[in-house]
Amino acid sequence: MVENVRELLKAHEGLKREVYLDIENSSFVPADILEAMLPYFNQCAYGNPTLTHKPGWEAFEAVMESAQKIASYLGCKNLEEVNFTPGETEANNLALLGATLQMRGKGRKIVISEIEPLSVIHVAEMLAKNGFSAVKVPVNSEGFVNLEKLKESVDRETVLASFSAVNHEIGTIQPIREIIEIVKDKNPNAIIHIDASDAYGKIQFKVRESGVDMATISSYKILGPRGVGALYVREGVNIERILEGQIGTQKLWPGVENTPLIVGFAKASELMFEKFEENIQHMRRLRDKLIEGITATIPDIRLNGPKGEKRAPDNVNISFLRCEGEALTIELSLKGVYVSSGSACTRRLLQPSHVLIAIGRRFEEAHGSILMKVTRVHKEEDIDYMLEVLPKAVERLRGITGSTVVE
Amino acid sequence: MEDATVSAVAGNPQCGDMITFYLKINEQDMIERATFESYGCAANIATSSMVTEKVKGMKIEDAWKIGWKGIAEEVGGLPAVKFHCGILAVGALRRAIRAYYKIKGQTPEWLPEKLTFEEKQALEEEELARILLKKMKKAEEGQNV
Repeated sequence: MVENVRELLKAHEGLKREVYLDIENSSFVPADILEAMLPYFNQCAYGNPTLTHKPGWEAFEAVMESAQKIASYLGCKNLEEVNFTPGETEANNLALLGATLQMRGKGRKIVISEIEPLSVIHVAEMLAKNGFSAVKVPVNSEGFVNLEKLKESVDRETVLASFSAVNHEIGTIQPIREIIEIVKDKNPNAIIHIDASDAYGKIQFKVRESGVDMATISSYKILGPRGVGALYVREGVNIERILEGQIGTQKLWPGVENTPLIVGFAKASELMFEKFEENIQHMRRLRDKLIEGITATIPDIRLNGPKGEKRAPDNVNISFLRCEGEALTIELSLKGVYVSSGSACTRRLLQPSHVLIAIGRRFEEAHGSILMKVTRVHKEEDIDYMLEVLPKAVERLRGITGSTVVE
Repeated sequence: MEDATVSAVAGNPQCGDMITFYLKINEQDMIERATFESYGCAANIATSSMVTEKVKGMKIEDAWKIGWKGIAEEVGGLPAVKFHCGILAVGALRRAIRAYYKIKGQTPEWLPEKLTFEEKQALEEEELARILLKKMKKAEEGQNV
């Protein structure tokens, strides 16, 4: 298999431009963030932050300063509310499992939505196999949570509710305050967790004033390094650890803190938040240019998710009818444009994106979907290049599809 | 293909794999031309393309003997999760061959009465898509997991 991949890579030689838009699944680290991290690998702070020597104290200082920065951008009361984890998946697992373990004996129900990321959905399903009941609240055709159904779902048995502030695939900005109010109103004892991985640095969201109990954030989604994320846990809210071992500065996650990655996460946050409005405007401009350009040049498409202000500033998700998504990702890759698809073909289980099915897209529409996210560092020219390459790629694949699928 | 002698479809757009094969067959039972249309992933397109390339100029009897493993090897190997794409391509070819003899109203001796592995798999995949669709509809009605 490695030989095959080598051949594939060879086929990419001589690309005139490369545009990476698959921020949903991983990201590049811009040079200024990488530079901020590098000294922490071998020049300073390479010690364990709980140990009593200079490299340890340096690490302690670096981890605490990073936590303080992130706590202020996130709107925390203090830095102890920020718990670093190895990423969004781990933070979501910690939130759901840690809270349900803590709430043992107080109820058996958890409430989520149909379009949560798999690190929430699969954990909920696992809990459902172990004595809990998991309710998935439906969403409408734009991905907004049905608030009436939410009201009906939360009851005295409910120990935990978990919702994304911004959907990771279709960019729906949920009315998160209303969701929190409804849950607290129906059951003040229920713990509320928000996955804010796609909200942090993209929309105005402050954990303290929102009243949420826990919130997940992720580093690579704001161009920080992979392998680090955090779970906000409000002071006074107790949850259990889900891994055991030596506890250092992070009371909810044992093991040695990864100082360079934590420093990179804080630097990425700084670059995102210090020019927040400017960054948002930039992303929104590129997002709209991309959506409008595709709409103007390619027929038979569907925008997945809402339009305008209710959509995350970075998210573009479009279904190209009569054009299979995985084939399109490869076609585009050979031209230097990197995106992902909600097609069943791209997944190990051969099932299309559950988010697209939940908003009522037919299988054929989900198979032809392409997900793209723009960032503060993308340029107008990147979008121009995408708009030059994409119509040709879609046309070629539609030529192969021919009359085999008639919409 | 506008002047195709016969065509056959395999797969289902719901599972993201659908192929149509067109064969132009002459009076000596030789495949003169073969084309395909595919709504499917890259593996689907590659294996379909390989099948059409291979059968050009072949006697139908020889084309029948092409198996999915050989096709998978010739496209440089397929990961396990993509085996079904190659199977589907061969299933569609065999369906087209059966359709040809049905139109002609004759069954050559070498043509097995029972469906071969590839044809059965194609049927199974189509059935699976139907079941999946039913499951999805059911899930829409009751939200509990």
